[in-house]
Amino acid sequence: MAKTLFEKIWNDHVVVEEPARPAVIYIDLHLIHEVTSPQAFAGLRTRGLKVRRADRTVATMDHSTPTTPKALQVIDDQARAQLSQLEKNCAEFGIRLFALGDAKNGIVHVVGPERGFTQPGMTIVCGDSHTSTHGAFGSLAFGIGTSEVEHVLASQCLLQSKPKTMEIRIDGTLSPLVTAKDIILAVIAKIGTGGGTGYVLEYTGSAIRALDMEARMTVCNMSIEAGARAGLIAPDEKTFEYVKGREFAPKGADWDAALARWKQLPSDPGAKYDTVVTLDANTIEPMITYGTHPGMAVPVTQTLPAASDFSAGSDRQNFEKAMTYMGLQGGRPLLGHKVDVVFVGSCTNGRISDLRLAASILKGRHVAPGVRALIVPGSQEVKRQAEAEGLDRIFTDAGAEWREAGCSMCIAMNGDQLSPGQYAVSTSNRNFEGRQGKGGRTFLASPATAAASAVTGKVTDVRTLAAV
Amino acid sequence: MASFTKITSHAVVIPAENIDTDQIIPARFLKVIDKNGLGKSLFCDWRYLSDGTDNPDFPLNFSASQGAEILIAGDNFGCGSSREHAPWALVGWGIRVVISTSFADIFKGNSLKNGLLPVVVSADVHQKLLAAQRADPKAQISVDLANTTLTLPDGSTTKFPIDAFAQHCLLNGIDQLGYILSFDEKIKAYESGHPLTN
Ligand code: SF4
Repeated sequence: MAKTLFEKIWNDHVVVEEPARPAVIYIDLHLIHEVTSPQAFAGLRTRGLKVRRADRTVATMDHSTPTTPKALQVIDDQARAQLSQLEKNCAEFGIRLFALGDAKNGIVHVVGPERGFTQPGMTIVCGDSHTSTHGAFGSLAFGIGTSEVEHVLASQCLLQSKPKTMEIRIDGTLSPLVTAKDIILAVIAKIGTGGGTGYVLEYTGSAIRALDMEARMTVCNMSIEAGARAGLIAPDEKTFEYVKGREFAPKGADWDAALARWKQLPSDPGAKYDTVVTLDANTIEPMITYGTHPGMAVPVTQTLPAASDFSAGSDRQNFEKAMTYMGLQGGRPLLGHKVDVVFVGSCTNGRISDLRLAASILKGRHVAPGVRALIVPGSQEVKRQAEAEGLDRIFTDAGAEWREAGCSMCIAMNGDQLSPGQYAVSTSNRNFEGRQGKGGRTFLASPATAAASAVTGKVTDVRTLAAV
Repeated sequence: MASFTKITSHAVVIPAENIDTDQIIPARFLKVIDKNGLGKSLFCDWRYLSDGTDNPDFPLNFSASQGAEILIAGDNFGCGSSREHAPWALVGWGIRVVISTSFADIFKGNSLKNGLLPVVVSADVHQKLLAAQRADPKAQISVDLANTTLTLPDGSTTKFPIDAFAQHCLLNGIDQLGYILSFDEKIKAYESGHPLTN
């Protein structure tokens, strides 16, 4: 029978499948970081267990690490204790760690692909919901809680009930300056923040095939914001090209064997999905969020919805609550709204292509007076590459801050944060209340929109920025 | 894990929809290395005023809410990050059951592993619960896990769905890791057929 990409990966990883029980599935790659792992290691010690496959486990420090240039001061004793706990845990259990200061350090979802750990057909988990990023390689990748981190450390397996599948088919061609970020914001606006709950999404169609690997990662990254277990894109020549030669990618005969396997992964013609959703790439415009969850997004040129657009009851209350928090009025355009901070970075948009895009907008221009712009590379490798290309100079010449790698203002755990009431255009993935700092207000958008808004100090349609 | 059978309690109601894990426990409280002590930071940014005193308008601070073991919340509860700190904080405050019309996947899984029961009800039942609680903040609600029934304050009952395996584990205090490790031979066999090639 014709199978989907998801079904092929699932079937290949089932260790035990019994009726009325979740399946025991094998995990090929387990990524860990400082925030969601300490209690899992503590659990192992309590039970006297070992890490089953340290060779399939990789750790990095990212969430609470400082990104201030030079003086790498960890924000407080608690964060320092958490970082040193990860160091101890990795040393004790023999796990490879890219610690703060390591040349290979960076955000977990940037480091995995960049070093070649992430490969097609794998099952990949991490105690972090944006693990869905790795699905861009045609691997089944999803976030887990700390109890499950402990399960995987101890057994290299996880209990999972089989999710349903949803095809998100996007055909057509994106207009210039419309990006992968705009695609995924349009998808979430369409299906809603709970629309993917219980599903694994597979993104298909000509617009997806046209994206490079980094853009595909941006799309898959935000699958969780639609509530989905995971997001997948079938591997193709671009995928193989990206993986080939990376430090931990298979080599020689192993590569040939892996490639032969990977080529079998794409969904078979006629494979059935439980649900199908379609979008037309031709009509997607630069998107921006205005509310307090990623589903509250509109094309940047459009006026915001008004309370009267929602049926009386909870929908309208949700809208009004969000608008109150955001200090916005419905029925008005967001274009031209003042911006205090611009953040370009995170596991959604902190890769080299994102920085190149932001730099192409900022080149020869200047950040508006009173606006703070932070450019935070997703990893040390991205940082080196950007500097080799001279992007750092473009950013600093434009008056933006060029930082060290880390999660930074995406989660505001390391001291990089908004002040109450401030407005930010951010390339990260969550605009929840207080996500970027207590009382801070976030507009999520692409690196192009973010950079253009930094230049004008206002929410801007990047396509209208005058040529320099 | 402590086993879970039946809870009868009044409820605290936080009616907002899409309550994400950043609201349940903001990220700045994630720098801990154990699971305890998060109850005081539960819903921190909604619960306390900027001077650190209790926000009198937030339901968790109502005198009638004290001692409640049931939380009733709006749709898509627990969306956002995978942080297990969210159920740890809820349990730390004393909540054992969350009732909503739907839950985010990861939150649901995390809760079940921490003796916190997510109960999905229809919009209709949800409305009835809200009305009953409005009429009497001390109105008692019962959740019987063995029979998967919810008893409303008016005595009417309704069934709620739960994954049979999760129910079995919660009822018997079964630890899922122990269950997985019981398949050690099968895991070994799987591994020998799937060598690591990088
Ligand atoms: S960049 Fe943001 S979303 Fe990505 S792993 Fe870090 S905190 Fe999570």
